[in-house]
Amino acid sequence: MATTLRLSLPTLTTSLGLVLLAGAAALLLAAPARRLAPDLPPPQTVLVRPGTMLHRLDGDYSRVGQPVDAPRQLVRIHRPLEIMRYQVTAADYARCIAASACKRLDQPASRGDLPVTGVSLTDASDYAAWLSRETGATWRLPSDREWAYAAGSRFRDDARGLDADAANPALRWLADYDREAERKAAGGNDVALRPVGGFGLNEHGVADIAGNIWEWTSTCLRRVSLDAAGRTLGETSNCGIHVVEGQHRAMMTFFIRNPKSGGCSVGTPPDHLGFRLVRERSWRDAVPEMLRRRLPA
Amino acid sequence: MGQDRKPGESLTLTRRSILAGAAATGAIAQAAAPAQAQAVMTKVTAEDIAKLPRVKQKLVDPPFVHPHEQIATGGPKVIEFEMTIHEKKIVLDDAGTETFAFTFNGTVPGPLMVVHEGDYVELTLINADTNELMHNIDFHASTGALGGGALTEVSPGERVVLRFKATRPGVFVYHCAPPGMVPWHVTAGMNGALMVLPRDGLKDGQGKALKYDKVYYVGEQDFYVPRDETGKFKRYASPGDAHEDVVKAMRTLTPSHIVFNGKVGALTGKNALTSKVGETVLVVHSQANRDTRPHLIGGHGDYVWATGKFRNPPERDLETWFIPGGCAGAALYTFLQPGIYAYVNHNLIEAFELGAAGHFKVEGQWNDDLMKQIKAPAGI
Ligand SMILES: [Cu+2]
Repeated sequence: MATTLRLSLPTLTTSLGLVLLAGAAALLLAAPARRLAPDLPPPQTVLVRPGTMLHRLDGDYSRVGQPVDAPRQLVRIHRPLEIMRYQVTAADYARCIAASACKRLDQPASRGDLPVTGVSLTDASDYAAWLSRETGATWRLPSDREWAYAAGSRFRDDARGLDADAANPALRWLADYDREAERKAAGGNDVALRPVGGFGLNEHGVADIAGNIWEWTSTCLRRVSLDAAGRTLGETSNCGIHVVEGQHRAMMTFFIRNPKSGGCSVGTPPDHLGFRLVRERSWRDAVPEMLRRRLPA
Repeated sequence: MGQDRKPGESLTLTRRSILAGAAATGAIAQAAAPAQAQAVMTKVTAEDIAKLPRVKQKLVDPPFVHPHEQIATGGPKVIEFEMTIHEKKIVLDDAGTETFAFTFNGTVPGPLMVVHEGDYVELTLINADTNELMHNIDFHASTGALGGGALTEVSPGERVVLRFKATRPGVFVYHCAPPGMVPWHVTAGMNGALMVLPRDGLKDGQGKALKYDKVYYVGEQDFYVPRDETGKFKRYASPGDAHEDVVKAMRTLTPSHIVFNGKVGALTGKNALTSKVGETVLVVHSQANRDTRPHLIGGHGDYVWATGKFRNPPERDLETWFIPGGCAGAALYTFLQPGIYAYVNHNLIEAFELGAAGHFKVEGQWNDDLMKQIKAPAGI
């Protein structure tokens, strides 16, 4: 088994026949079910087809030294995106704690069907590593773009719509502040957790996305400086701070579990921190699909 | 008005000369009184007061303050206020933590009342018949009877009228002080502030008049909400049910919440305080129970009466000012830059973990001379 897993795709296609390949694929298909702990239901996922979207890029952009909105660009998602239908639940997370692979939470949820909250990036990464070991698949956090693609119509473009007013940086701060105040006033104050599914499905069948739980992404804080023509002059990144996505995009230090204490002095922090994972698509997903197409039923 | 004594004479009496002299006890007491106090301490008869003009002043909810003159026109008046006490459940934070509040006029803090030195405050205090407890009011600005507390004990369904003379200019706390339960009532939000302005308005200490375009009232409150064994905040059916646990929590001297105007975030977002560049704002800040240290992040206190008494010259250009528990302070500031300012208790744990923070939204033109980002953050 272990040997089979280590074989790379080129080795397989060049050295093994179709029959052997089919045998290996059958083994691989069987593998996840066998590896799962008896009480661990396989995560439900949604497969979002490849495509394009107009996306407000993440990152702090400045043009000629003045802060500006990040560019809105056509972004292509090249491969199918397999993402958890629901956020990881308190019950899921408890199994990882029981396996001593995840750290205890400060305030465990009162019921298992609530999404797990109060988790840091470290906690989410621990869970992904554990789930990957348990299932034999690769689970990881989505990038900012992947999250936005899965969120579809629920993604909120939170650009200020202001061009940098070189003379008055406060316009930007005031606009940010008003937007956040607006969000809170418009029911963004509904911070009570709902059992998974409580915020409904979006057009891709992804549940609860952009509800009242912000989700960790694998995307680090970026700073991009542009010249007057909009060409990139330089970019720095800080992976101590990651993008969290929800009703708006926020930046969060990796060890923060409770965003109320992670906010800055005048911002409106996310309500809760949770996560969902994407399953890395590999040749093992492609092979059975190919086989199904080639072999008679 | 003090016609038999020139103010200068009493001022020259030092403590030593009083002790050395063989003056009668009564004379010492009179001579030691502050010179300016003489004017308002002259004996006045009931008929004199009856002749004074009366003004009915409607109170407004904090952080706003009822309309008032900064410089008094005419002589002393009797200013009538009415407040109804409501015991009510309030929500302290976004997580929905509840507590029973005892309120003057339905708000935490109670409303800011404004009069002038020499005016008479005439308060009608009503204890709503839906309440369960006896309440009263102790005005730190008043003299005698435990600040009026001994004369204002009202049970549910009763009303009382108290009149007192505002003899000392400044901002002062008022609070409920029922025998045996004072800290419980005060930390249930039952306090507010009274501002007694000098008749000729605020001064900078060197004779220059100070005026404000706007005044806000910030009442800071420490709450002590009991927790269960798992650390969750407990809920109770009535104030009486909560009493024993709350007192236990109070005795830890560790507040669960420290907030401005009754709730975490009460002065933020849609309810942020507003101003504009060039506008002068007076912030009256009271804390009836616990020390605090206000600070305006990104700004200053141009003129600050930290302990709130206007006969003392204001301190200038302060970064942070200390208001002891049981006191109100006042700070005057003219905004010079637009943007968002945080107004906090600069024990930042109390501000950002427990809630003692509000925001100012200030519009106007940016001043590059005061500050400019020469180069935005970029790679080294
Ligand atoms: Cu009371």
